[in-house]
Amino acid sequence: MRIRTSHIGLAAYLIFLILPLYWMINLSLQPNHEILGSFSLYPERYTFQNYITLVTDASWYGSYLNSITYVLLNMAISLTVALPAAYAFSRFSFLGDKHLFFWLLTNRMAPPAVFLLPFFQLYQNIGLYDTHLAVALAHALFNVPLAIWILEGFMRGIPKEIDETAYIDGYSFSRFFVTIFIPLIRGGIGVTAFFVFVFSWVELLLARTLTATNARPFSVTMTQTISATGIDWGLLAAAGVVTMIPGAVVIWFVRNNLARGLSLGRV
Amino acid sequence: MSLRLENISKVVGGETHLYPLDLTLEPGSFNVLLGRTLAGKTTLMRIMAGLDRPTTGRVVENGTDVTRQSVRNRSVAMVYQQFINYPGMSVRDNIASPLRIAREPAAEIERRVGEMAELLHIEHLLDRLPAELSGGQQQRTALARALVRETRLLLLDEPLVNLDYKLREELREELRHLLAARDAVVVYATTEPTEALTLGGNTAVMYQGQVIQYGDTVASFLQPSDLRVARVFNDPPMNMVPARLDDGTLKLDDGHDIPVPAHLTGLRAGRYHIGIRPHHLGYDAPAAESLAIEGTCDLVELSGSESLIYFRQGDYEWVAQMDGIHHVAPGEHVRMTVLPHHLYAFDDSGALAGAPERSARGEG
Repeated sequence: MRIRTSHIGLAAYLIFLILPLYWMINLSLQPNHEILGSFSLYPERYTFQNYITLVTDASWYGSYLNSITYVLLNMAISLTVALPAAYAFSRFSFLGDKHLFFWLLTNRMAPPAVFLLPFFQLYQNIGLYDTHLAVALAHALFNVPLAIWILEGFMRGIPKEIDETAYIDGYSFSRFFVTIFIPLIRGGIGVTAFFVFVFSWVELLLARTLTATNARPFSVTMTQTISATGIDWGLLAAAGVVTMIPGAVVIWFVRNNLARGLSLGRV
Repeated sequence: MSLRLENISKVVGGETHLYPLDLTLEPGSFNVLLGRTLAGKTTLMRIMAGLDRPTTGRVVENGTDVTRQSVRNRSVAMVYQQFINYPGMSVRDNIASPLRIAREPAAEIERRVGEMAELLHIEHLLDRLPAELSGGQQQRTALARALVRETRLLLLDEPLVNLDYKLREELREELRHLLAARDAVVVYATTEPTEALTLGGNTAVMYQGQVIQYGDTVASFLQPSDLRVARVFNDPPMNMVPARLDDGTLKLDDGHDIPVPAHLTGLRAGRYHIGIRPHHLGYDAPAAESLAIEGTCDLVELSGSESLIYFRQGDYEWVAQMDGIHHVAPGEHVRMTVLPHHLYAFDDSGALAGAPERSARGEG
């Protein structure tokens, strides 16, 4: 009997989780008049027109590529900065290290909106406005501290004696770091990349404010489905579906290390 | 190569880990660092290796000051207590890694890795990853990596302590042969007096951040320079009882009076600490002059071949180490004897005043 109760609970949970997803995919395959005209649990007349619009209209696929570009750029910047920083925090003790480490995390506590105006003003003046790099740098402010925290946890799990053995064997720091150390924490790097990706991919406010046309993010293009003539539901749903694809791919790669990443690398 | 430590000390965060010490390790010598945990063995080794900088003092290698030299440029190999290997590399690559960094020719690397693997009996494991090996095999890999390069200084920090008893005996014996063939300065840290005695060479006895005696291992064991050495360099620690020497009589504070044994007759009257090795206490009393110690049994520890009997008499606690299995129930009366010529005497300051004459008896 207990088994059946738990099954019902699980089933209900699964339905609640999957229903919105299913509904979005359902909508994306329907023409607008069917969406607005009737209630259908599944698309009665399949149409791929919404998806065709996404891949043929330059404003759609262009902005999708924009989003991918600044997200990848941000991942590269965040990891390049965070790897050596996390190594320093995990291996050395220096004046104020604990305070600095905590202060890094407090950066995450500030709402992005607080930094909106300074970023906008600064980027306007130095010519970064409406570039991919502008968004990537702005996101790095939030992602670098998070990346340092997660990576530090993973690095702390590697005994310091491995570093020392390598130095005794004659490895230079850079060679040791690249050929021995990074392979040891590649799971942690994957998880960090995932979290960095998620923040940058879903962040709307900074991305929208710091760009105009050249680096316009996908999410901004999605708002253009709302016009005076009404909302293009089918297209909006299709855009929503393609937004989820990169996230699903990244999760697939880090699925084994995700739990440890959620505890910031501490086990 | 000779390694000379001059006035080395180490203070970390206001806490003294090493008090200023001088130590000279001869070329090709085998040196044991003996001391309990936290005695400063690892701290001292890390300074020798160049992994840590001493707070004061110099490390001099063959007359060259290497205190500030990076560990990468030193000729050092080190094996840790934990099994440290590069987890991502096969055993073969692990052993080869120091040679590859030193840009040895590939054929030479291949030959030496094979040779070293054979010496340490891991030649059939060369293609495995360290995580797939047992603890003993992992430590063999770490040893092979340390030994494959002919370094001038070889540091072994309790390399066998995490292995089970049988494996430890086996590997210790092999290590002794492997190291005998080297002309490097070898330093081996251990907490176990028996291990030091098995390995031989010289022993530096460490106690709370100080080197309190350095010299030939067996000589140090037989002639501990003071009370602390006597306690550290005997397992179980030497029994100690305060005593008074007067008019040819040795009055132990626990109430026993005996005539002064021959080897202690030269001592001036006064207060002493008398030391008795646990294995000199026993049931058999062949001679009339033997000193009897009585008490009630606290605990008996049996290992397959010997028994440790802990007993107390008033405020004095004793431990006897005897061959074979001896059953004594806790609370039972115990009567042990010791021959007076086995007694050690330490003066009031703790320094050795008289030790048993070894040559006459053939044992210490």
